[in-house]
Amino acid sequence: MKKTLLLILGVLTVSGIFAGCAKDSPNTLTVLNYGKYIESDVLDMFEEETGIKVEYEEYITPENMYTKYKAGAIDYDLICTSDYMIEKLIKEGEVLEIDYNNIPLVENLDHAYFDFSKSFDPQNKYTLPYFFGTVGILYNKEMVDESKVNSWDILWDKEYAGKIIMADSVRDSFMVAEKRLGYSLNVTDDEELREAQQLLIEQKPLVYSYLVDEAQDEMIAENAAMAVVYSGEAGLALEYNDKLAFSVPKEGSNMWIDSWFMPKSAKHIENAEKFLNFLCREDIARLNFDYVYYATPNTKVKDSLDTELQENTTIFPPTEVLDNCEVFKSLDDEATMRYNLYWKEIKSAD
Amino acid sequence: MRNLKRQLLAGPYILWMIGFILLPTLMILYYAFTTTSGDFSLLNVSSITFSVHLKSLLLSLKLALACTLICLVLSYPLAMILSKMKSKSQGFIVFIFILPMWMNFMLRILAWRMLLSNNGVINSLLGVIGLPGLDILNTPKAVVFCMVYDFLPFMILPIYNAMARIQKDIIEAAKDLGAGNITIFFKIIVPLTMSGVISGIIMVFVPALTSFAISDLLGGGKVLLIGNVIEQAFMQEYNWNLGSGLSVVLMVFVIASMALMNAHGDEGGGTFT
Repeated sequence: MKKTLLLILGVLTVSGIFAGCAKDSPNTLTVLNYGKYIESDVLDMFEEETGIKVEYEEYITPENMYTKYKAGAIDYDLICTSDYMIEKLIKEGEVLEIDYNNIPLVENLDHAYFDFSKSFDPQNKYTLPYFFGTVGILYNKEMVDESKVNSWDILWDKEYAGKIIMADSVRDSFMVAEKRLGYSLNVTDDEELREAQQLLIEQKPLVYSYLVDEAQDEMIAENAAMAVVYSGEAGLALEYNDKLAFSVPKEGSNMWIDSWFMPKSAKHIENAEKFLNFLCREDIARLNFDYVYYATPNTKVKDSLDTELQENTTIFPPTEVLDNCEVFKSLDDEATMRYNLYWKEIKSAD
Repeated sequence: MRNLKRQLLAGPYILWMIGFILLPTLMILYYAFTTTSGDFSLLNVSSITFSVHLKSLLLSLKLALACTLICLVLSYPLAMILSKMKSKSQGFIVFIFILPMWMNFMLRILAWRMLLSNNGVINSLLGVIGLPGLDILNTPKAVVFCMVYDFLPFMILPIYNAMARIQKDIIEAAKDLGAGNITIFFKIIVPLTMSGVISGIIMVFVPALTSFAISDLLGGGKVLLIGNVIEQAFMQEYNWNLGSGLSVVLMVFVIASMALMNAHGDEGGGTFT
């Protein structure tokens, strides 16, 4: 009897603890974003101006984001992620429509990027573009033969063994191999995928490490000769170390757009709209641009920059580069599984 | 009455056990033996035979064994020296060994990454004195090195405790009876410290076998341990069933290694019996 009593008491207490966590305070906003992807002052400013408390959380790769969201432990109000992952979530019916009438400052954004977004959000109903860019090679001019960096081939050059940093992200790493082979970066054909995998396995002994957010730091510290990075990261690294330069190889690359969307779990829609509007405001978008250093779709910010910065091709990819780039499409479950398994095999290869 | 009081005192612990050990284990078992749609399946557990999973499990076992062995070889003489010192300095040295554990585990790993990197402190110093650079970051060597660094106190402390418990009289008696130092070591010191050694082995081997953070940060994404495969299944692939299935397999290995150790440690009265 006593034991039963104790058990009931235990279950009650444990459930009490969990219920306590789930308690909902009305004036908050829960945001999930990539690491190093917002100026932290912006969050403070938003809290001060609106009195809305921001619960801010970060993740590393779109796949991590998907897990965090799907696990359902936290009700996110706003999430920022990349094209193909948004497409996947839209297909799964996990995304709410945005009422752009409540975001008047959306007019600050260049409409061209809404057209780009149509590749994953065909009717422009669900997303608000945040930053965009390409993927390329960030290299150290003193350690690398500059005549070779216009091709992905250099990442397989034995001369640079132990000095190459690859992306620790399934799609980005496969993209490099697929483009080198002249395939689309949305390949699902098993044979072509195996070919790409074989290339990446061949490359592994030359790789210093597989990194995402830390690649930039390693390049600034000159621990490696070249790294596969997103264009904005390269732009920022260039500011810290002027031996560095950036190139998007001629075989083509990935052009990506990171956008905000409201997931189905959103509980504070009004606050989310206020936050999106706030992000579109010129001064705020400028703060974020200065910190993140990716191409901004905000025309007011772009016009206010020095001409030198406006013409910086690392940050703002020129049209001929963009024309050579492809956008990731979301893959079906079977192809995703295959990518994941092949990626694991690369990681465990000798 | 007194009995009830005693039970109430155990209450928080029972709550802890139910909420944070029993329930999660049951959930892992549920996920391990079902598919995403909830049907019964053995596929998650049997997927350990996939070559990529098997390979990472073997690598984990190999690195954990290497780490345990190095820890043992380093700790045993150290514990012996330590137990022969004056008791005041003994306390101080034990304190020094525990000191790094006051710092966050993650920070210590990250610090090693800085120290070991191509242009890091250690390589710069080696360069200054004209020695070739150390090129171990992002290899299994760095992972084993950091595991040893992190888990060494768990080996030293139990051996030192067992060593300190040996009464001087016994050793003196052995000497009186004409035993040499080597005989004393093998016939008296080793058997009497066996329980400490076994606790130490378990406390180093198990965390080393299941670790994923060290291989992630110091392996540069090139060292795929079974812990990394499980982490990737949970975080990257959103495949909790696979992650749980592999966790169950790993649990079997952990329990087996503990049972094996305890079976040998019975006469010494191991910590985990």
